[in-house]
Amino acid sequence: MRKSLIDRRSFTLGGATLVLAGAVPQTSFAQETPRRGGVLTVQTYADLRTLNPAMRASFAIHVFTSKMIEPLVDLGVNNEPVPKLATAWESSPDGKTITFKLREGVQWHDGKPFTSADVQFCAMEMWKKFQNYGTLLHRHLTAVDTPDAHTAVFRYAEPMPLGLLLRAACELCYVVPKHVYEGTDLLKNTANLAPIGTGPFKFNSYAPGEHLTLDRNPNYWVPGQPYLDKVIIRVIPDAAAAAAALESKSIQMSFFSSLPRTDIARLAKDRAFRVGTKGNEAYTILNTLGFNTRKKELSDVRVRQAIAYALDIDFYADEFLLGYGKRAQGPIPSTSSFFVPGAAPGYPFDLKKAEALLDEAGYKRGAGGVRFAMRLMPNSSDDIRMFATFIQQSLQKVGIKIDIQTYDSPGYIAHVNRDWDFELATDTNLYRGDPGVGTTIWYQSGVPAGTPWSNQFGWKSDRIDTVIGEALVELDPAKRKAMYGEFAKIANDEIPVLMAIEQVFVSAVAKTVRNDHNTPRWPGTSWADTWIEA
Amino acid sequence: MRILRLALRRLAVSLPCMLIILLGLFLLLQLAPGDAIDALMGQMGSSDTALAETLRQQYGLGGGVATRLAVYLFNLLRLDLGFSVAYNQPVLTVILQRLPVTLLLMVSALSFAFAAGMVVGVLAARRVNRWPDTLISMLVLIFYATPSFWIGLMGILIFAVKLNWLPSGGISDLSAGFTGLRLVLDTAVHLILPTMTLALIYFAIYVRITRASMLEVMTLDFIRTARAKGLKEGAVLVRHALRNALLPMVTILGLQAGAMLGGAVVVESVFTLPGLGRLAHEAVIQRDLNMLLGIVFMSSLLVIAINFIVDLVYARIDPRIEANG
Repeated sequence: MRKSLIDRRSFTLGGATLVLAGAVPQTSFAQETPRRGGVLTVQTYADLRTLNPAMRASFAIHVFTSKMIEPLVDLGVNNEPVPKLATAWESSPDGKTITFKLREGVQWHDGKPFTSADVQFCAMEMWKKFQNYGTLLHRHLTAVDTPDAHTAVFRYAEPMPLGLLLRAACELCYVVPKHVYEGTDLLKNTANLAPIGTGPFKFNSYAPGEHLTLDRNPNYWVPGQPYLDKVIIRVIPDAAAAAAALESKSIQMSFFSSLPRTDIARLAKDRAFRVGTKGNEAYTILNTLGFNTRKKELSDVRVRQAIAYALDIDFYADEFLLGYGKRAQGPIPSTSSFFVPGAAPGYPFDLKKAEALLDEAGYKRGAGGVRFAMRLMPNSSDDIRMFATFIQQSLQKVGIKIDIQTYDSPGYIAHVNRDWDFELATDTNLYRGDPGVGTTIWYQSGVPAGTPWSNQFGWKSDRIDTVIGEALVELDPAKRKAMYGEFAKIANDEIPVLMAIEQVFVSAVAKTVRNDHNTPRWPGTSWADTWIEA
Repeated sequence: MRILRLALRRLAVSLPCMLIILLGLFLLLQLAPGDAIDALMGQMGSSDTALAETLRQQYGLGGGVATRLAVYLFNLLRLDLGFSVAYNQPVLTVILQRLPVTLLLMVSALSFAFAAGMVVGVLAARRVNRWPDTLISMLVLIFYATPSFWIGLMGILIFAVKLNWLPSGGISDLSAGFTGLRLVLDTAVHLILPTMTLALIYFAIYVRITRASMLEVMTLDFIRTARAKGLKEGAVLVRHALRNALLPMVTILGLQAGAMLGGAVVVESVFTLPGLGRLAHEAVIQRDLNMLLGIVFMSSLLVIAINFIVDLVYARIDPRIEANG
């Protein structure tokens, strides 16, 4: 009895704080009283070598680190930025100065206070210098001023749209302690594998390739939270083994579609599990088909369009993806707030049109009905390779002979991105909430060779370069959205790369877990309010 | 003294061999497209080229092939296996973390395969061409022909998912937080399925070999002599026949120690055991040259050590063989 009283009180306190911060849907609190205690064991496929999100950003790393290390802001239920380590923010009229008010009374796990000096250090020494995407996002960052311990003023040489910074900050602005890193070799600091943060869980142990074990942080800044005693993240790269672990109850969760698709479909019918895309909306992946426009055939937009028309994506999504995916409409997915319906209609399946376009481009069917032959290189993942096979079979019907050449990931990068030694290449693009973060770089010219996930297609359009450049410094949110609508339209018409399918990641969760998947990028958040049934 | 001399001689023979392996691997990996930084970038999901260049410098991946090879071999002389780019830790640290699991798996699988294979093989030889022999031979053929990953997955499906008797993977139950004897017990339970999966194919080999060599030995003159002097059948079998039949089995044991390291990759992946096999697989994908060379170095040490022990065991089993090389 006594235990449940304490539980109720702590839940009220925790709930009140969070409602003020606007971080968590209140409905989930209204129904059930969270239970304190318990161990949550989850599976991830990625075997990570560093646990420092301030220097290495990826959705895989955030699963591990977001419980220990917190960002300035995170994504709220409706895709809006909500306070974490920053409580308020403001941009100057010229967009070159952005001021963050930082949360007071926050302690690092080693007991030292969190201050603006930590933010300054991370921004200048880690985000700007080492972090993937961070080096691009903060390329015009000149200084971070710290007028007091709880104010950080970011100064940019060019205007920085506040919306862009805040959305990107959810994934790119994680703060680690300055006193641990200052004056050390940042890449080799031992805290990269044994993090010290401000989050609801403290580091216990990490065995690469095996597991990360986290303990409850009793001094977390939200009173009463977290509810769980322990979180264990197990690395299980083999999809079938992960499914077996979930079914035999040795884990309670699996993220990022890392189970075999047939098992996902089967578990969806099992009463013991919840299976779905909820809580993953911010993790939208686009399957891409890139065209090397330096090659003669592919320099003709009609050939590129013909290839797009020849792919029956709806059929593929239903039969191969078992319904977890749909035909994309341009480079900005329909889950995004930047999506403008109708701006980029995409290419519906139409074999006749494909044939007509190829004929018109001057590539008549020759001996054996073949118009021309080319190579297709898929990046390494089962999903991408399956799509490559589908492309091969589809294009055969319109007389294009495809030779699939498969490499592992470094081999793919060397061939496609560094040496541009490809005709067709299929990969994925993770949409990062704002097209300015990870989408436009696939289309703008002047990206150096060897940069993975960028414009490696030899394609250059002044129109699109202009729109991208203007949108990056446009401060009015409505105008930015219109500009990205224009961007999507040009990208759709010219297709240097076909964004073919959009897929939202699927999670499978044992029903004993509560308050999970309640924000759009839930696997990569702190899980402070998550609890588990006794 | 004699053992020490034998050990030194063995090492002297093995050293050039090891050098050739390391050299070959080093050059072979230069042919693979992309390097460790490319792999790292792939894992990050983005990057810019300036960052890649910074990282290349930081990890000492610049410079020509010859320079890097020379630096590597020089460091190896000082028993420094280098720094792993992918794991961001010294190679030796990572390998020593993973080695116990693989050793445990190998030793338990080899012991099971050897012991059970011997018993069942003798049984088959005793009842040769009668129904127990036929049954055993048939089963053994099935075990030998079935791929181990399939056996592993079926084992998980039956014993972990359906019956819930055994854990589906991992080396211990992390959420229970056992210590001491409970932890040992827990680890043993976790090792049952992987051990069986890895051992079955070797078990099959041992049964075949024991059966064949027992049958051969049983026809020799000294067995007739032993029987003639009135020894019981059991004593003839164990003290005279088996002891002689053991020699080819022990030889195979030494040879298989190396092969088992290869088989461990599959078993470690299916059962998510953090061992050397999986580490090697990852190292190839990550183009982590230092790590891969380190693993090969350690594995060859392991195989040399096991074969050395096998040589010593020879001398124990058959005093006619002197431990002189």
